[in-house]
Amino acid sequence: MRNMWTIASREYKHYFGTPAAYLVAFMLLVILGIIFYANVVGAMLQQFAPGVQIVLGPLVTLLLFATPAITMRLLADEQRLGTMELLLTAPVKDWELVVGKWLGGFLFMLTIIAITLLYPIYLHQIVDPGIDQGLMVSGYLGVILLTAVLTAIGVAVSSLFSNQIAVFFATLGVYLILWLVGLPSQAMGAMGGPLLKYLDLSEQFYSTFFQGIIDLSSVVYFVSLTALALFLGTISVDSRRWR
Amino acid sequence: MIQVDGLTKDYGPRRAIDNLSFHAEKGEILGFLGPNGAGKTTTMRILTGYMPPSSGKAMVAGYDVVDQSLEVRRRVGYLPETVPLYPDMTVYDYLKFMADLRHLPSAEERVDEALEMVHMEDRADGYIANLSKGMRQRVGLAQALLHSPEVLILDEPTIGLDPAQILDVRNLIRGLAGERTVLLSTHILSEAQQLCNRVLIINKGRIVAEDSPAQLQARLSGAQRVSVTVGGDGDGLVNLVASISGVAGVLSAKGNSLEIETVPGLDVRASVARAIVEAGYDLLELRNIGMSLEDIFIELTRESPAAPEMAESEDLESFEE
Repeated sequence: MRNMWTIASREYKHYFGTPAAYLVAFMLLVILGIIFYANVVGAMLQQFAPGVQIVLGPLVTLLLFATPAITMRLLADEQRLGTMELLLTAPVKDWELVVGKWLGGFLFMLTIIAITLLYPIYLHQIVDPGIDQGLMVSGYLGVILLTAVLTAIGVAVSSLFSNQIAVFFATLGVYLILWLVGLPSQAMGAMGGPLLKYLDLSEQFYSTFFQGIIDLSSVVYFVSLTALALFLGTISVDSRRWR
Repeated sequence: MIQVDGLTKDYGPRRAIDNLSFHAEKGEILGFLGPNGAGKTTTMRILTGYMPPSSGKAMVAGYDVVDQSLEVRRRVGYLPETVPLYPDMTVYDYLKFMADLRHLPSAEERVDEALEMVHMEDRADGYIANLSKGMRQRVGLAQALLHSPEVLILDEPTIGLDPAQILDVRNLIRGLAGERTVLLSTHILSEAQQLCNRVLIINKGRIVAEDSPAQLQARLSGAQRVSVTVGGDGDGLVNLVASISGVAGVLSAKGNSLEIETVPGLDVRASVARAIVEAGYDLLELRNIGMSLEDIFIELTRESPAAPEMAESEDLESFEE
């Protein structure tokens, strides 16, 4: 456990010394701000009060691209630098390494997400009678759970390559599959349709947390998917020893 | 301290090390000598718990490297071939990170001590990215020494260092040996000769010779070589020397100096000196040149059918006759 924290804190601190991490955070916040501004102006013209969804919707989409940019270096860079040999010959368990890396990346993503709270808070000030705070809580809980999954997948994919660009695109590919896997569920009908719908990452977010519903089965889905990704990442690191 | 039995590692169809067996006692410096690709790094990686062997058994500091990997890793200091450093960390932060991973009780003190051992105190706050290769090597060494490990495994510890630094690192290793067991690999033969109590020559994953540097030399140089230099141009010197009894042959002759090989077991220096002086030459130099470890190394790692037999001959005397 202690090693996990040692590794996580090194990773977390590392991001604050990396221009790339600042750039990713900056881009996310700026794009989110532009969309936010456009939505607020649009809503004012059409004279309706915008909800917190105008932040949550774009935020989730942006996270799909920002998260792999943050997680891609986590294990791939250790390969490239040869420091994997250092970590794997230190008295550190493989899972402590993988979970520590995940935690470091996850905490940094949470830091970025915390800053985005400024938008709903501002929105709360300008609309009357304020935004639906229940929706904001459920929405942000969903975003946090989703980020946990995205980061865990990012770490697992990062263990496979030593090239960060390869990790970035491979991670995006995995996201895309999970994001769209529910699409054929209608066509498939009762045969596996509900299953695909359950497996779908976007469905799990948009039909529950995004609507202000905290659904236990969705929480279980996100938590177990995170655990599964970290488990696979650990196996991948361990298998490196046998290659 | 280190006990290896029948260690074998396959990378796919390629056998990197083949049925390796050796041991190292406490306080010993064991040198691993061999050409590139001989299996030195693979063996070290197995001993440090980085990868498991395909078959065979290895015990380090009393623990099995496969079943008790974490125990082994706690007790081993390892400097891999490519020094594993984070360029964007300062020297101090890097060592502190490693000390924390090893749960050292007074981490800061240990970091300072390790820095002192490798003479890097003044660069503690510098970024690793800005260090020279020699300094990086020393930071890597400091990392391996942090927890005062019982066993130190160093993969080519002096590679890339300048002569002064090499001397420094060698002295450091020599100083450490008393209380620890050191296994180091090198392909610098003089280094093995100077540093190690025992040398393992390894080629194509097999041990082809194992002995102290001095014994190895003795065992392979039954015949002595003598170098002779005379004043003047040395005309007719070759014929004169070749006719002396006990001289097996003249190996090379360059102007006024030549190298001769003796019949095994005979010291011909006295008779050579007398013959040369009596023939009217001025004898400037006469010295024994043992076969260097270099020659032995090349001899053993050359593709020769004789090599595997040597590994089996444990008994030195039986080989020398």
